[in-house]
Amino acid sequence: MTASFDLNPQNLLSTSEPATAMEIKLRRRGRISSAMRYSVLLIFGLIMLYPLIWLIGASFKTNSEIFASPSFWPKDPTLSGYIKGWETSTPYTFGRFFWNTFLIITPKVIGTAISCTLVAYGFARFDFPGKRILFMTVIATLLLPNVVTRIPQYLLFRDIGWLDSFLPLWVPSAVAGDAFFVFMLIQFLRAIPRDMEEAARVDGANTLQTLFYIVVPMLMPAIVSVCLFQFMWTMNDFLGPLIYLSSIDKYPVSLALKLSIDTTEAFDWNQILAMSVLALAPSLTVFFIAQKYFIEGISTGGVKG
Amino acid sequence: MGGDNRYLGYFYVAPYVAGLLLFTAFPFAASFYLSFTDYDLLSTPRWTGLDNYHKLFTRDRTFDKSLKVTLLYVFMTVPIKLAFALLIAVILNYRLKAINFFRTAYYVPSILGGSIAIAVLWRYIFAKSGLVNMIIGLVGLEPVNWFGDPQNALITITLLRCWQFGSAMVIFLAALQSVDKSLYEAASIDGANPWHLFRYITLPLITPVIFFNLIMQTVQAFQEFNGPYIITEGGPLKSTYLLPLYIYEKAFKSFDMGYASAIAWALFAIIMILTLAAFWSSKKWVYYAGDKRS
Repeated sequence: MTASFDLNPQNLLSTSEPATAMEIKLRRRGRISSAMRYSVLLIFGLIMLYPLIWLIGASFKTNSEIFASPSFWPKDPTLSGYIKGWETSTPYTFGRFFWNTFLIITPKVIGTAISCTLVAYGFARFDFPGKRILFMTVIATLLLPNVVTRIPQYLLFRDIGWLDSFLPLWVPSAVAGDAFFVFMLIQFLRAIPRDMEEAARVDGANTLQTLFYIVVPMLMPAIVSVCLFQFMWTMNDFLGPLIYLSSIDKYPVSLALKLSIDTTEAFDWNQILAMSVLALAPSLTVFFIAQKYFIEGISTGGVKG
Repeated sequence: MGGDNRYLGYFYVAPYVAGLLLFTAFPFAASFYLSFTDYDLLSTPRWTGLDNYHKLFTRDRTFDKSLKVTLLYVFMTVPIKLAFALLIAVILNYRLKAINFFRTAYYVPSILGGSIAIAVLWRYIFAKSGLVNMIIGLVGLEPVNWFGDPQNALITITLLRCWQFGSAMVIFLAALQSVDKSLYEAASIDGANPWHLFRYITLPLITPVIFFNLIMQTVQAFQEFNGPYIITEGGPLKSTYLLPLYIYEKAFKSFDMGYASAIAWALFAIIMILTLAAFWSSKKWVYYAGDKRS
């Protein structure tokens, strides 16, 4: 028979009968189509990621080289884009803008994690009058375009004197304002069995202790996902700072980058590209360290982006 | 939990309720009120009845243009993005060994795509002598005037959003992986080919996820701001002047808060109508397998 075509020892061992011609044909076809799948994925992936690879390479190029060849590899690498770009045309360096971003992100991420955990716990583990309606508002807020509420929010923050401060950028999130995260944590909580919590209650723990010692440790992966998404979205947020911040010394990285396009001389391309690389670096780093949480979070809750 | 005070839950959801009232419900109502007023931030809002809406639908050529561009953008972006996401998810689902590697690689643009840095990058790669035209040149084709030509400019910002199909893909992939494999085996024995398997087993079972992605992507696409603001600045000839851009400029450049609110409500109404239509039609095509939705 034709069994000798199959050189995979495992297949030889596992099948007591020699493979038929039909089986071999199927297997070969399987191998060809899997090779095709890999090639499609590889080529397509390369096309997708090439702009990013090019960006990193181009940030080390001289200005004259950036628009000279489609290759990402710099012929004579230079750090001048990073050095001059870091200084900016303002009195501040990019260090200042990164610090501002940090000052917005830290309270926002911590506030989001705490408030959304409390609220999700309330929804997933308690019954109270009006819960159904309140939960429907979570879904409604999820679908409500921000565009509708933005103007009165601005007026509200103006009236309480919060304009040109970081408060409008993180306070709404710190009271579980991002319905998506509440929704995601509720989904996770529903999948966690209640036995442990009930045992803790029988032993005399109150609901807050149960939350703290039993639920939070089990929910931790989901809370980490929430923090990561909030971190990333805040890094990317542009419209919020654009509306609320007016002094340059308070600008986060996203606004500073827009400022450098507007003010950098038209031919200093490598400075802008270098600062773009730096602006992407935190999100990229966090993503590669913690990608499993991103994928889990998005698969469970479904996500925007 | 049994035995507890039935109001204890309020303690936990209190932050949400406070935020909901203050930062969502109140602004939502205020926005509706403002859309019937003339308000320039300096004086108090002046009630003008339906004037804003009347002007919007009869005399505002910018609104007409902006609305057309927005609809075109959404109807181009959402189907292409979701089709890509589903296609790649189906290929990845074929028990490939490198599934994790590819899933990560394809997801990276979704992580970064909303960033201003990527919008900046887009300006560079679609510039006249930018990366895209250089590559087109290598193949021997004429360079394309991406930002100068009204038809091409919209393509660049559409591509930016389609490029971020990774998040939708991950959701599709999770759904594909949860499809019961024994269904395929049973159908295969009955002589179904791979297309039949996809068309009559996979596709119906993942319709809830298609529906979810469709709604979320549509709502978000209608709100796209960063791309057109940074990359094309709404131009040329307002060919990428999406409604959120128009609202932003009316509200925060010309401080015409009343009129801007009216545009926002027009946009909101469109999103609502499409969402409701999707929910209504979902009864016909979305299949919930023994799912008790709570």
